[in-house]
Amino acid sequence: MFDWSRTSPPLLTLAALLIAPAAFAAGDPPEERQKVLLYRLIQDCGSCHGMTLKGGLGPALLPETLKDKADESLTDIILNGIEGTPMPPWAFETSASEAAWLVRVLKKGAVHDATH
Amino acid sequence: MTRRIDRRSALKFGLAGLGAAMAVPVAARAEARPTPRATGDLGLIIERAVGRVRIVETTGRTVLHTIEGLGDLSHASAVFSRDERFAYVFGRDGGLTQVDMLEGRIVNRVVQGGNSIGGAISQDGRLVAVSNYKPGGVKIFDADTLALVADIPAAYEGSTEQSKTVGLVDAPEQKFVFSLYDAGETWLVDMSDPAKPAVTKFKGIGKLPYDGLITGDGRHYVAGLFGEDGLAMLDLWAPENGVKRILGGYGKGDKPLPVYKMPHLEGWAEADGKLFLPAVGRHEILAVERGSWREVGRVKAHSQPVFVMARPDGRHLWVNYAHPDNDTIEVIDVKTLSVVKTLKPGPAVLHMEFTPRGEHVWVSVRDLDMVLVYDTRTFEVLARLPMDKPSGIFFTARAHRTGL
Repeated sequence: MFDWSRTSPPLLTLAALLIAPAAFAAGDPPEERQKVLLYRLIQDCGSCHGMTLKGGLGPALLPETLKDKADESLTDIILNGIEGTPMPPWAFETSASEAAWLVRVLKKGAVHDATH
Repeated sequence: MTRRIDRRSALKFGLAGLGAAMAVPVAARAEARPTPRATGDLGLIIERAVGRVRIVETTGRTVLHTIEGLGDLSHASAVFSRDERFAYVFGRDGGLTQVDMLEGRIVNRVVQGGNSIGGAISQDGRLVAVSNYKPGGVKIFDADTLALVADIPAAYEGSTEQSKTVGLVDAPEQKFVFSLYDAGETWLVDMSDPAKPAVTKFKGIGKLPYDGLITGDGRHYVAGLFGEDGLAMLDLWAPENGVKRILGGYGKGDKPLPVYKMPHLEGWAEADGKLFLPAVGRHEILAVERGSWREVGRVKAHSQPVFVMARPDGRHLWVNYAHPDNDTIEVIDVKTLSVVKTLKPGPAVLHMEFTPRGEHVWVSVRDLDMVLVYDTRTFEVLARLPMDKPSGIFFTARAHRTGL
């Protein structure tokens, strides 16, 4: 299977244009990849942050808890984790543009809308 | 062709009537007076994404009941009443639900907190305790009515917020033990007088205790630490000695690896005089000798271990792993500390539960939407039960085991 996580952002954008033009907006991952990312967000991030993202061992990832945090620093946390806490780095399977997209979805509170 | 018999003729032909009654097929008689069913081979399986549980039986390996409406079950667990009739299911959203295993229905349900992480049932079965992240602390309920009996907020020095509580277990003499994630403390609660919970606090046990467990005999409580290499152990036979560090520095100064799912200490694996624990941030299983608490071996594992479960006879350990290596189970021979079998049940193996004597193990495979039943001797798959994102599997035999 083609591994999107190893793809450089420009190629990813190009692929997004070619494969899923309908889903393409401002560097969004292609639709199929969005599904994978959201599934992982709910199921795997959900083991610590809760499947409804209201928090658990990790903090809540709801729009009101994230609104005062800069997109760039949240993207950095997803990619690189937070040392000294259980938050691990996800860069091994998530590109920078995908992490930035996840931050946008989280801040909009659109995670569960996007999966239906 | 039926024949109506009035009372007089029935009396007159009493003997013939008796003969007719004896000829009634067994099934018809069973219908008139249902055969009672026992609960010893029952279990409850969490379907984490849809707020639903399934009641299963492990003899014929079938689903008996499907129960909806249990709320957010994203990190759910269950304990059982001492008669194995009722399950108490602890949901992520603070829901505490009492489920009738025989009738397959919800008996009682309260939403007792904002965010919860499991619970325990008291030695005498009268109290159910729930561990809460938000507001941090433990609440204790009457097992029959789910009425609140005691509220123990996890307030601690140096913070205005209450600590998240983790690793809540029951202990002998009507006690509960749990740890404070943010505060680095272990609390022992004596509930022998339910009106007056007596709390003993052990401070400075280590950084970020993330889960805890108690040995099968209820003597040793151990909290796993995320913030440092080592575990914190409390001997309940000598609580005056305080909490001691065991397996300190097991990482040998190496930078820990990222942990994509926190290990769970629920299945304290005790076998061959040793206890087996998942290392945190190491792809290893640690073996410690009970008593001396010295490390007596370690097993190189496939990835970050999540559950290290001993088969009930103690000969094998079954281990599952964290994302992204969670399609694998390794079976480890306790005698040689080597992997004897690698299984690939499917993507996202979340939990394993042995039948009480260990001949089978049920395995939940989340992304396959399936529970698989393995023969633990031949490793053959005996059954596949379709389920929606199955996670925790809990068999009623837990009712009679301290700490489960």
